Amino acid sequence: MQTPAPFEYDRATSIDQAIGLLEQYGPDTRLVAGGHSLLPMMKLRLAQPGRLVDINDLDDLSYIRQEEAQIAIGSLTRHSELLSSPLLAQHWSIFAEAERVIADPVVRNRGTIGGSLCQGDPAEDLSALVCALRAQLVIRSRGGSRTVEARDFYLGPYETVIGPAEMLTEVRIPIHEGAGSAYEKVERRAGDWAVVAVGCFVKLDADRVLDVGIGLAAVNARGFAAPEAEDRLRGQPATEEQLAAAASLAAQHCRPQADQRGPEDYKRYLVGELTRRALRRAIDRASRGGA
Amino acid sequence: MQVTMRVNGEEVSRDVEPRLLLVHFVRERLGLTGTHWGCDTSNCGTCVLWMDGEPVKSCTVLAAMADGRDIRTVEGLEKGTQLDPVQEGFMREHGLQCGFCTPGMMMTARWLLDHNPDPSEHEIREAISGQICRCTGYENIVRAIRWAAEHPAKEEVAS
Repeated sequence: MQTPAPFEYDRATSIDQAIGLLEQYGPDTRLVAGGHSLLPMMKLRLAQPGRLVDINDLDDLSYIRQEEAQIAIGSLTRHSELLSSPLLAQHWSIFAEAERVIADPVVRNRGTIGGSLCQGDPAEDLSALVCALRAQLVIRSRGGSRTVEARDFYLGPYETVIGPAEMLTEVRIPIHEGAGSAYEKVERRAGDWAVVAVGCFVKLDADRVLDVGIGLAAVNARGFAAPEAEDRLRGQPATEEQLAAAASLAAQHCRPQADQRGPEDYKRYLVGELTRRALRRAIDRASRGGA
Repeated sequence: MQVTMRVNGEEVSRDVEPRLLLVHFVRERLGLTGTHWGCDTSNCGTCVLWMDGEPVKSCTVLAAMADGRDIRTVEGLEKGTQLDPVQEGFMREHGLQCGFCTPGMMMTARWLLDHNPDPSEHEIREAISGQICRCTGYENIVRAIRWAAEHPAKEEVAS
């Protein structure tokens, strides 16, 4: 039987109050939302916070809305809501594609985007997604808010730039009219963590790649991204030859580790193949009006 | 700490440790052992119950987090002496062998049918994809849920 170590529990009634509790009780205090990352860690005693602040009642952190050329997503938004959002589907197919392969429908009812990103799991699908799209993350503290690029959010496995009295409140996804996106994941069984996953978006100018973003999960890529591959492809014609060259750079520059999900060379191979597949589909979408 | 919640329509209140998981709360503190406790890692889905109208894996929810919420367990499926069509379907289509995964399967099935009364086989399989039957009786589980879809309960006549 897995039981967390003892802790104190508070139910937050407002964002400010939650941040106040973080300040008052210090770094031994953790926010909990869906709990589907933190509670398993606590049950294994890999995490032993002295106090949990439950933010599930903060409805003002649960939304998906368009704000000018961005989609703003509240950090308490559940996976199931990301999967079914018409606004996200209209602009970015990558969301529903990634969400369909994150855990299972019942887990998606609880897990949140904020919790997934803050967990900093190296195999987290949404981390690769927000880094592919170059999202911005809004972090709030008592003094106000700061915004960081998704690719600068991660310091390493399970480690982010969020301070002990700070809270991720919003994810801001840029809208690129006409861009296409896609997500490709190889997993050992339905709902498992990725062996490797690749997400991308492509914006075309006629047949040329105007802009591209590539996110990689589970291969220890800095900032969950493949900037060398992006630089190689930007400005080039969207041909198979160019995609293959970019994909091979992505495979070359990531740093996968052998584990029970496979050896290093297999993971590199997957990065190359999945990058090609994701780019192909994103380009196809971009050439047909986008999403 | 004191937690109070509605469980299958009845208000219950108990003193608990904050670290008590909801699955143990309903089984051990309320004696509702219909909800099963399986993998403990939110993989197997036998502990699925509803919290505020949505299926959740209760091995990964604290009883404290359910304070003030509405809980429905497998014991809450039956109406009086009338089995829910999902329960009836599992019986008729032999949707269980050892029965261990059954409560979670049925709670997810009921939610699916409430939101999609005529699901395809694919939709049923997707809905229960977070739940494991180690007897590998999935064919009959899918048939049982289809049976329930084809035999919805008659609406109760308001008195």
